[in-house]
Amino acid sequence: MIAAVIPLALFLFSISLLLSLYRLLRGPDITDRILGLDTLNINAIAVIVLAGIYMDTTMIFEAALLIALMGFVGTIAMTKYLVRGDVIE
Amino acid sequence: MNIPTWLDALIAAMLLIGAIVATLGSLGLARMPDFYMRLHGPTKASTLGVGCTMLGSLLYFSTSGEGIRVQEVLITVFLFVTAPVSAHVMAWAALHRRVHCSANTRHPPWPEMDRAPVTEHAASSAPAGDKESAD
Repeated sequence: MIAAVIPLALFLFSISLLLSLYRLLRGPDITDRILGLDTLNINAIAVIVLAGIYMDTTMIFEAALLIALMGFVGTIAMTKYLVRGDVIE
Repeated sequence: MNIPTWLDALIAAMLLIGAIVATLGSLGLARMPDFYMRLHGPTKASTLGVGCTMLGSLLYFSTSGEGIRVQEVLITVFLFVTAPVSAHVMAWAALHRRVHCSANTRHPPWPEMDRAPVTEHAASSAPAGDKESAD
């Protein structure tokens, strides 16, 4: 049953990646673009985990952990730059 | 690898529910009228969806492989800690930049915030002109 569900879940996550890419390209304000990028990161983590189940390997979960870490640091850095004008004061 | 049938069904349901909830969150991100409403979708629904997917993966690799996995727990805990922080910081940046909200917002923090034809959805349905001329 898992083998049947994983392509469907990957399809749904692809739709959600496309929707957040639309918000990233379209967003009226720069904060919308940051939010779209953050959502893109979170969905990419789920896609990597699903691909790990599909290929039956756990080697690529470090990539998911790195994307989570770097996405959070990037979001904080961009918003800090927007508000303060400088990342590290 | 031999997982029992109920566990197989449970993992499949986890993955499917996670994917559906995350797609709904991103749909909210793409369709909501202004930024403050758009903030709701990814920060709540997508976190829950990715959390469900991680739980399914944790169950799968813990029962099929050797021992209990810790990486999924690490990713899930990290996501659940950082998602409210990044949402709060993004809302802070949007308030600092005075990003316009929808014209139907009840109590805006400052008076000039609530009427601006911001997006494609809010611009047509807002009776904003008379309020703007009033003050």
